[in-house]
Amino acid sequence: MNQPSDPIARPERIGMPVSPDAFGVVEQSLTVWERAWNNGALRKTVLLILLAVAWEVYARAINNPLLVPTFSATLQAFWEGIAGGVLPGRTAYSVRVLIMGYSAGIALAALLTACAVSTRIGTDLLETLSSMFNPLPAIALLPLALLWFGLGNPSLMFVMVHSVLWPVALNTHSGFRAVSNTLRMVGQNCGLSGASFIVKILIPAAFPSILTGLKIGWAFAWRTLIAAELVFGVSSGQGGLGWFIYENKNQLEVPSVFAGLFCVILIGLAVENLVFRNIELRTVRRWGMQT
Amino acid sequence: MTGGGASAPLLDVCGVTLQYKTRDHLVTATYRVDFHVCRADRFVLLGPSGCGKSTLLKAVGGYLAPVEGEIRLGGEPIRRPGPDRMMVFQEFDQLLPWKTVKQNVMFALTASRLLAGQAAAERARQYIDKVGLTRFADAYPHTLSGGMKQRVAIARAMAMEPAILLMDEPFAALDALTRRKMQEELLHLWDETRFTVLFVTHSIPEAVTVGSRILLLSPHPGQVKAELNSLPSGDVDSAARKTLEDRIHHMLFADQVEDERIPRG
Repeated sequence: MNQPSDPIARPERIGMPVSPDAFGVVEQSLTVWERAWNNGALRKTVLLILLAVAWEVYARAINNPLLVPTFSATLQAFWEGIAGGVLPGRTAYSVRVLIMGYSAGIALAALLTACAVSTRIGTDLLETLSSMFNPLPAIALLPLALLWFGLGNPSLMFVMVHSVLWPVALNTHSGFRAVSNTLRMVGQNCGLSGASFIVKILIPAAFPSILTGLKIGWAFAWRTLIAAELVFGVSSGQGGLGWFIYENKNQLEVPSVFAGLFCVILIGLAVENLVFRNIELRTVRRWGMQT
Repeated sequence: MTGGGASAPLLDVCGVTLQYKTRDHLVTATYRVDFHVCRADRFVLLGPSGCGKSTLLKAVGGYLAPVEGEIRLGGEPIRRPGPDRMMVFQEFDQLLPWKTVKQNVMFALTASRLLAGQAAAERARQYIDKVGLTRFADAYPHTLSGGMKQRVAIARAMAMEPAILLMDEPFAALDALTRRKMQEELLHLWDETRFTVLFVTHSIPEAVTVGSRILLLSPHPGQVKAELNSLPSGDVDSAARKTLEDRIHHMLFADQVEDERIPRG
């Protein structure tokens, strides 16, 4: 066995810090390029432009407007759809149904989670129901919905509530459960209980997961709605974006099909980046609950 | 919070046995603990980890009911948590992250319906000034240091002007320098307002610094070993302090092998 060696003896040393004037840079602002590249929105815009260029080049190369129209043709169809008033009308119709279904789903989710936090049997109910229904695609319920509610908004609402309810309820519930014991005790210490405890302590403390649930719910509702409209399309003489896509496909107006899809994408981007992003900035980011 | 009759204790803990359940055990945390806290006491519960001192404090807070014995505050038995017993916790996350410093202090006042509106804002400002955080009144908790967060929690609890302030190792998660400063500040605040505080700690020096009276608890389960008078506040480095600390150390660790420090005085 080797004897563990002592540390090597060295002389001490004393540093002589020079004044900052002696060397060039202590702090220097970044160049315009570096700052621009640090901007997430700009980076994403550059990506989108590259994708659009790739699409245009590819579509021109295969030169088959019936299968893949060019980006410019899609833009033109989109523009014509808007100018003609068809696309805005269809979009407004879809968005209206969407908001109705989304709010109904959230309201039900709130009711279910309130039951789940207040009683143990409520927790069991939520856990059982969500593990049963969460994996079930909303669109799979559409035939049943058509049978029960017929063609029209009630069927749409039914499948949308199904697609919103479970992700929102699950995320909210797991957010509530993750609220620290200390915060709960602080709330009780201030004399809060029941509904006021949920509103003043649990909801804000679980807000990051609630927001995640709302985002997922929104995306699910949107895709369920478009899919459902594709299946049964028009009701009471008016259809939404899904119907617009379906109709144009039947008439082989392929650029308009793309324009419809383009519109779906644009709305998704807008809601994510304008609505949810602003809520995030004003709440969880500001509170330091998410970086 | 004026000095009442010394004969009538403010807090009366009488033969309290506390038990709690873990996943597969029933743990007895304390066994037949008695003590009285009088007005303007700085009463310290001191003991090694696992002596049930925090559990005891939670029982006084009303979060846990005794299986035996009774806890009375001003003659009334304690049944549930309430704003007359404000608690300061060890954890930094006791502040509501979605509220600023001022809103945190006001939250306790308004949620308990003690004060509202302008009166609550005024009271909050007054206590934030007291703990020296005037400049940070509109800051969110995540921008504050650990010591500042604890100051906010103390301001929030004191602003309620509770009958008794319960502090659960409030300085344990702080660095040594900050902890020392916070202890001094707490004593300074006590000099100003003479509040009653029940303070839990596992540090002997902290108990001697902060406390006016010290209850020593034995571990597993917690039972009263002794109830001692501390030194007059402000006595920082005297021989008397060293003697008292060594005496406490000897009492707590006499019957077990301890390698943390060599006790002899």
